[in-house]
Amino acid sequence: MLSLVIFLPLAAALVLAVVPGIPDAVARWAWVAVTAVEVVLVAVLWAGFERPGDGGVAFEEQVAWIPTVGSSYHVGVDGLSLPLLALTAVVFLACAVHAVAERDRPRPQSALFLFLQTSCLGVFAAQDLILFFLFFDLSIVGMYFVIAGWGHGNAAASALKFFLYTFLGSLALLLGFIGLYLFSEPRTFDMVELAESAPLDGNPVAGGFVLGAILLGLAIKTPTFPFHTWLPPAHTDAPAIGSAVLAGILLKLGTYGFVRIAMPMLPAAWRDWAWVIVVVGIVSVLYGALVALAQTDLKRMIAYTSVNHMGYVVLAVGAAGVAGGTDTQARELAVTGALTQMVSHGLITAALFLLAGVLRARAGTYHMSAFGGLASVAPRFAVLFAVGAFASLGLPGFSGFIAEFQIFAGAIGAVPWTALALPGILLTAALFLLATQRLLTGEVREKAVGFTDLRASEVLSIGPLLLLSLLIGVFPRPLLELIEPAAAVVVDLVGR
Amino acid sequence: MDAVNAGMSMEADFAALLPELFLLAGAVTALLTGSFLPRDRQSPTRLIGIIALLGAVVSTGTGLSAGSRTVFEGSFSLDTPTTIARLIICTATLLVICLGADELRGSPRESETYALMLLSTLGALVMAGTDDLLILAVAYLLASIPLYALIGMGRSPRAAEAALKTYLLGAFLGIALLLGITILYALAGASSYDQLRAGLADAPSGAIAAGLLGVLAGIAFKAGAVPGHFWVPDASQGAGVAVAAFLTTVPKIGALVAAYRLLSTLPDSVDAPLVIAVLAAASMTIGNFAAFSQTNVRRLLGWSTVSQAGYLLVPVAVAGASDLALPSLLFYLGAYALSNIGAFAVVAATGHDEVGQYRGLARRSPWLAGVLVVSLLSLVGTPPTVVFVGKLTTFAAGWDGGLAWLVVVAALNTVASLFYYLRWLAPMFQGAEFQRAATESTEPSTPDQQAGDTVGVRRWPATVAVLSGGLVVAGGVVAGLVWPALEGTLAGL
Repeated sequence: MLSLVIFLPLAAALVLAVVPGIPDAVARWAWVAVTAVEVVLVAVLWAGFERPGDGGVAFEEQVAWIPTVGSSYHVGVDGLSLPLLALTAVVFLACAVHAVAERDRPRPQSALFLFLQTSCLGVFAAQDLILFFLFFDLSIVGMYFVIAGWGHGNAAASALKFFLYTFLGSLALLLGFIGLYLFSEPRTFDMVELAESAPLDGNPVAGGFVLGAILLGLAIKTPTFPFHTWLPPAHTDAPAIGSAVLAGILLKLGTYGFVRIAMPMLPAAWRDWAWVIVVVGIVSVLYGALVALAQTDLKRMIAYTSVNHMGYVVLAVGAAGVAGGTDTQARELAVTGALTQMVSHGLITAALFLLAGVLRARAGTYHMSAFGGLASVAPRFAVLFAVGAFASLGLPGFSGFIAEFQIFAGAIGAVPWTALALPGILLTAALFLLATQRLLTGEVREKAVGFTDLRASEVLSIGPLLLLSLLIGVFPRPLLELIEPAAAVVVDLVGR
Repeated sequence: MDAVNAGMSMEADFAALLPELFLLAGAVTALLTGSFLPRDRQSPTRLIGIIALLGAVVSTGTGLSAGSRTVFEGSFSLDTPTTIARLIICTATLLVICLGADELRGSPRESETYALMLLSTLGALVMAGTDDLLILAVAYLLASIPLYALIGMGRSPRAAEAALKTYLLGAFLGIALLLGITILYALAGASSYDQLRAGLADAPSGAIAAGLLGVLAGIAFKAGAVPGHFWVPDASQGAGVAVAAFLTTVPKIGALVAAYRLLSTLPDSVDAPLVIAVLAAASMTIGNFAAFSQTNVRRLLGWSTVSQAGYLLVPVAVAGASDLALPSLLFYLGAYALSNIGAFAVVAATGHDEVGQYRGLARRSPWLAGVLVVSLLSLVGTPPTVVFVGKLTTFAAGWDGGLAWLVVVAALNTVASLFYYLRWLAPMFQGAEFQRAATESTEPSTPDQQAGDTVGVRRWPATVAVLSGGLVVAGGVVAGLVWPALEGTLAGL
């Protein structure tokens, strides 16, 4: 079942790529259909999900792959991965719906995004480090072709920078994985076994190096300060749906790695270095917000708020490991908040990037100064953008509030000085209000004149994302009931 | 030498060398048949070459169950590395002959080309299997001399220059090899590896190191690794495409297995792993940095194979220190051969030599573009391709064997290599509108290239390309099934 969820998009992608005679319209609708089926399948998984025992996974499937190096095709889900699988399915469906009106080579584009979907689902479902790495790398390859093939502006250079930078990160990750493998006894790449045995716990030096390699890889992917420099150009030049996937899903591969790999498998090293991680998180929060505040380009601004939002996640998972804090409840709250933030950011930022894409599709620019008074010309756009902006700045009632409240409540409870990051929330609020004001209010100016309002496909792709964010904000229980036990397991593992 | 072999008759020994005999017979037959055929109708000799190689592959396959032993008084090993090297080398040559079918058909020296390829293949096989320094020297010459002629066969100024360069370097490093052998022979009083092991135990380490360096210089020439790498890019660019595919693939396999055998023989008094590790680091770094600025894809692939030789030296450096060393070396060799031939097959199929000519290939021939993506990403080491499994295991072996720094260097080099492979890949997916400008800026195209442009894709190399592209992906997925066959020990130990 889980394998079907993972590989159905790939199978569809292969058909779309290999059969040459498929008309464009069929390709686009096939893409929508497959992603819709994926959402249904993930919903079925969610409905049938029963919490596995501590450290275990549900819907487990394991087939030997390279037995001599202890690597297998091992997939499974738990409370950490299921919300992200659901997020992946939803964001990709939104992208497929959004792209229904696009004219630029739909057949290869559909195939590429379906391929990308398999690689993202695979990362979240993988329970073997090599399998994780395989899907992780394929997501980079897929995104490279998305940016290089369908991007605009200086797409080739941005795509190359993205590929080189994140590939460096993935190789650092691979070195870390090899380190875990070599120190495990018996040698294995299996994530469940490695989390159980934590092979490097008695070895602070080697543990530090292995954690360093893994953190470097994940920090580049997340991205945190100072490894974020690939992100703004990649986002600016990527197509709208590419940006939505990049920010909505691919960034989560990094933060997911923290809770899935770094914390459970290297608990002692994580505790030793947690304060560094907290500091990096605080700097990312503040730096991301400040730089975002200075942007005039809407897409760059949203890209930098991603650095800010991912900074909260890093801060929370770091605080959960700081040795001084003994308050287990606070740490669990922080990790729960971090996971909620991943889902929340995925929904909201994907929606914002799709909205930014609409600006470019209509007016050819992302410059906020080129617009004004969009509220009167394009009311549907204005409503959705305002909702997205308020959701992103953490207004109560949206998922972002739940996430950030939990993160700060937990992190400050465990490590009081994480309060240093609180101004980040203020800055984000300021910059989103500013952007909303510049774009939507005032006279109808320059490019806003004759601006066509959102089409049905755009409303139907962006609206549901924001609606889900609202739903989580109002009824967070179903999501939290899934996340909380998993967060407790992670905190338990990192504290042993 | 153990007692089991002592009683073995000479006939049985020759039967053990059946794959080598197939190649020798094939070479001679191809040459003789060629001399009776008109110059422009020598295609039957291709069939002879293919049959000889198939015979070698099949006879290797049937001999698989025989177990590991040495023949000819301990001078030749029949063990896992020999068997796997035979399979890889013969399959690689087979693919090369097929990918060159269109290029070589009707060319005036078709039969000679096949005969020389078979002889050079034979040399690589003997190199991979031998347990004796003197036979290593013979194998070196057997693998090298046909290569000089093959490179020069193109008869263009570039080919002549490349042949001369290869010849001079090969002769020079061949002398270094002989000198090294002389020193080791003088120290140990014998040339076979099992006697070397005993004889060198008390020898002065400085002298052993001098001898080792000489032998390694010769092996590095064949492997295309630093310091014997200068000829590779020139030859890869100057020779015909099939010959280029051959010389960047086949000799390397024999040389690296030979290096592994030699390294397993030496006593601990010499820090041979460090020497190899330094050569490995130098090869991958120099190969990568030189490849950065290349616009000729064959030259680019030539430099890329220098860097690949560097990665391949990682398991050689930890020979004996990690259980993963031997299987990872053998796996990587096979993976590399497939990926490299896949890339060259695309070059042969399109007839394009310049990066700019590949603009828009994804639209013109999506299958070839797909194969090139898969092959080049495989050379980078992206999962799930074959080289990924090779790189993963060689990295693990290197770290396991105590060379963590080398693994870090290799990882950094892998990132760097991505840059030039992407420079070749990226234009394929861009529009063809700039193509005219791109070709105008390059050298005037040869008749070959023009034929490639007008005729379109050549059938034989395209088939080889798709076949190897498929295997590159499939090989990574089924790596677990192949792996047990690669685990084994050296028969001479």
